[in-house]
Amino acid sequence: MADGTTFEYIVGHANYWLFSVLMMTGLYVVVARGNLVKKIVGLNMFQTSVFMLYISTGKITGGTAPIFPTDMKIDPAVVYSNPLPHVLILTAIVVGIATTALGLALIIRIREEYDTIEEDDILAAEKLMAAEDDKLHGESMGGRA
Amino acid sequence: MATELTPHAAMSLTEQLPVLQVLVPFMAAPLIVFLGSRGLAWILAFGTSAAAFVIAALLLGQVLDGSVISYHIGGWAPPLGIEYRIDAANAFVLLLVSGISAIVLPYARESVASEIPRRHHTLFYACYMLCLTGLLGVVATGDAFNVFVFLEISSLSTYVLIAQGSHRDKRALTAAYDYLIMGTIGATFFVIGLGMLYMATGTLNMADLADRIADQGANRTVVAAFGFIIVGMGLKAALYPLHLWLPNAYTYAPSVVTSFLAATATKVAIYVLLRFMFSVFQPTFLFEGNTLEFLIIPLAVLAMFAASVIAIFQTDMKRLLAYSSIAQIGYMLLGIGMLSQTGLTAAIVHLFNHGITKAALFMGVGALVFRAGGSFFDRIQGMGKTMPWTSAAIVLGGLSLIGVPGTAGFVSKWYLVQGALEKGWWPVAVLIVASSLLAVIYVWHIVETLYLKTPAKDIAVGEVPNSMLIPIWIMALACIYFGLATDITLGAAQAAAKGLLAGSSGMLH
Repeated sequence: MADGTTFEYIVGHANYWLFSVLMMTGLYVVVARGNLVKKIVGLNMFQTSVFMLYISTGKITGGTAPIFPTDMKIDPAVVYSNPLPHVLILTAIVVGIATTALGLALIIRIREEYDTIEEDDILAAEKLMAAEDDKLHGESMGGRA
Repeated sequence: MATELTPHAAMSLTEQLPVLQVLVPFMAAPLIVFLGSRGLAWILAFGTSAAAFVIAALLLGQVLDGSVISYHIGGWAPPLGIEYRIDAANAFVLLLVSGISAIVLPYARESVASEIPRRHHTLFYACYMLCLTGLLGVVATGDAFNVFVFLEISSLSTYVLIAQGSHRDKRALTAAYDYLIMGTIGATFFVIGLGMLYMATGTLNMADLADRIADQGANRTVVAAFGFIIVGMGLKAALYPLHLWLPNAYTYAPSVVTSFLAATATKVAIYVLLRFMFSVFQPTFLFEGNTLEFLIIPLAVLAMFAASVIAIFQTDMKRLLAYSSIAQIGYMLLGIGMLSQTGLTAAIVHLFNHGITKAALFMGVGALVFRAGGSFFDRIQGMGKTMPWTSAAIVLGGLSLIGVPGTAGFVSKWYLVQGALEKGWWPVAVLIVASSLLAVIYVWHIVETLYLKTPAKDIAVGEVPNSMLIPIWIMALACIYFGLATDITLGAAQAAAKGLLAGSSGMLH
């Protein structure tokens, strides 16, 4: 590839580069952050990156919004963008909202029960509970609960 | 789009069966919420599941000869419209899912009443119906994006159902949260894979995808799509290193939810893997053959051993069975990895047999929990004397889990060993038998606990109500029945395996 085309290749795929960066950032946040709400935010970024991937595929160079004129006199010279990815992503957005809402609702319940939304504290609390189980149920079994 | 070829112009109820399979439970969910009555909720849920089971049985009867039903949603012909596509493989899974649901629900009435506060019952059954809708939809549809939508319907309701266990143990909440995070990552990976397939082919209809991928052969986009789909679905199916959500989710969920999910949810994910591996992508592609041989099979064997060994050291029966589920999924993946008629038949039969076995066992544990208030071994020890019927059913389920001749588990393992020998993989055959011996150890732990120990003092004595006992025994007897009369399961599985191995030609219009 000559220099000019390499540059064009990189710039021309800007959406896809952004998709990769967003996706990896989101996934990293989910894994690395200990705060449950931040995890949900990371998950959101991760899902949003996918919306971008899909919508980028629907764009056609020079294409306009895929709406036919009301008189249905369609000029064959006009290029339309592909509407299907948009429709698919509309569904995916709804799924994303539902996931976020449910995740946040679970966090509220976790906060009520554990009094914290930090993963480390929750794990510590669960470790204590497991140790109690161990003591209560494990010893007589000669094993670990 | 609807041309003179529109197949359901004649509008008889039979022709609407594929869509009714999904629509009936889907309509039941909001209906339960609107009626808002606890008594009606259960009746509706049970009636719906029974109807779904009848529909699935009728569908399986239609496609057992290898034919394919193609139902066009709204009269829009595929590949543009959404298609529901029923063949032997998915009719068999539909029958399993709806059958388990119809048998678990009578059991649910008492079990839910004892584990979940009354004010949540109506919504619990609505959620259960949504979960059933999602699982049936994933299996029935022939449109790849539709799989994702139904998958999320079932997953979201599953997270809610698991969180209901928080009334007994607050760890159900964190289990549900962890599953939500991992399940969403899995589903998003899956949808990225679909996006790449769409880029490469411009279609989302599975049959159409298969044709176009077969035409253009492998390229990097298709290979990447395959990777994303396998990882995404692997998470849902609890493929060995991706199983971390499963033990806690199964342990802390209400007994009814665990029984239903253990028998259906991972099985549906396995079905989607099958569908994508064999119908959409071709096993003849080098990348797929390599993935199966060098990645899936070693992981499956690892699962068979690692998860079984962990199961041996558990002192909570529910958690023990959860780890055993991970091991059993290894057997199914091993059968798939063999890429032969026998191996695939074994995988599909095991999918069914393990479904009924685990349903029997988890319902049995649920019955013990109903009386003992917990599933730790020191709570349930000696229950063989106080609850002889439940304990006997658990033993039958345990025998099927090991694969003792005369039980359902034996049939599938027999075929699995045969598949390995056909391939000349005798070490794999030895490993299958060896891992079954590990199952003997943990099932013996259960039997020993139930029969050879003295019961804890503070436990309510007596059997569970008949409405719980009868479903447990239906499942336990099914484990025996399908171990002796193998025509139904093997016939359906062989037809399904043949259809899948025919690859995209099996998907042609």
